[in-house]
Amino acid sequence: MARITAGVSCSHVPAIGVAMDTGITDQPYWKPCFDGFVKSREWMKENTPDVIFLVYNDHCTAFDASCIPTFALGCAAEFQPADEGWGPRPVPVVKNHQKLASHIAQSLILDEFDMTIMNEMDVDHGLTVPLSLMFGEHGVDDEWPCQVIPLAVNVVQYPAPTGNRCYNLGKAVARAVESYDEDLNVMVFGTGGMSHQLQYKRAGLINPEWDKRFLDMLVNDPVAASQIPHVEYLREAGSEGVEMVMWHVMRGALKETAKEVHRHYHVPASNTAVGHLILENV
Amino acid sequence: MKKDYEDIPGTFVFDADRSREGYHLNQFCISLGKQKGRDAYTADPEAYLASFPMTEDQRQAVRDQNWNRMLELGGNVYYTAKLAAYHGINFQGLAGLMTGMGREEYRDMMLNGGRSIEGNRYKSEWGEE
Repeated sequence: MARITAGVSCSHVPAIGVAMDTGITDQPYWKPCFDGFVKSREWMKENTPDVIFLVYNDHCTAFDASCIPTFALGCAAEFQPADEGWGPRPVPVVKNHQKLASHIAQSLILDEFDMTIMNEMDVDHGLTVPLSLMFGEHGVDDEWPCQVIPLAVNVVQYPAPTGNRCYNLGKAVARAVESYDEDLNVMVFGTGGMSHQLQYKRAGLINPEWDKRFLDMLVNDPVAASQIPHVEYLREAGSEGVEMVMWHVMRGALKETAKEVHRHYHVPASNTAVGHLILENV
Repeated sequence: MKKDYEDIPGTFVFDADRSREGYHLNQFCISLGKQKGRDAYTADPEAYLASFPMTEDQRQAVRDQNWNRMLELGGNVYYTAKLAAYHGINFQGLAGLMTGMGREEYRDMMLNGGRSIEGNRYKSEWGEE
């Protein structure tokens, strides 16, 4: 049977991808950010999964304003890194476990989570930056060490799905994975955040106290964390901080007893507070 | 209908009302994410702008590169960032412009831990309505 072994949450700031793609991660600005992922990369090498179910948001790349699905599940055979206005990132094509993806799509819909199914989709930095952070540098001719099922969540146009909805979706993803016959090691990634505001006169907002409290709650009291209302993210963690609802999908997919094995928090990466957790199912 | 998220200073929450108002402005901006759109805009900026049925105020904000005005007229930063990128401005440079701080001062603020939440939660703290 397929099983969920671990969950990872991390920010997906585009400038992190640029720093890796241009080889400047050792510079004083970036080093403290990347130092927190040294242990993560070792852990990934020791625990490389067969498949990552990766929850991220598309930044008006695959979806412009003409079509805004709340949950879009990638079921294509592969996903090309997208041109986001400055050419695609020089990273490998993302390959899907198509049979598991279709199984999850079917299971979620019957479980009353109405997915949009994507049989063609390019993926942007929201998906590729977390892979780069966790696996290190991989060039275009290389391959990612495992397969990836993308789940794109709308967080651009208000309202994003609630934390509660995301948490319950995570539970449904776990049910779907656990009902799949093949013996697979599956990890769930929840990406985005932490506090940041990219727009208008309050841009640059960072709230480390709130972020750290969120990390603690997510690990130790996930149900309470899933009840945080949108207005609290928007006010306390910045208008773009609402991305953190996606972390609840990861947390919901893991057992309540999941154990924290690594944490990292750093300010800033460009406009954003970088937060990162690794949780293992025990 | 009362919107609880409207009482945050210096912030536009991009909801369905703003999305409706800014639709053609945002679609124009996002078209510049692709080479075809960038080439068409470069070849004849006015003709390309005219091909999107946005308001004259929105067109003028685009011509003026008035980033805050675009947001006031229904633009969203993930879209306007593509117009900024067309003009060689990255996300941090754009934030520097929108806050009125400029690139250097904004970058320094971020290196020093960013903008504090204290005094920045409610419009009343900014003397805004």
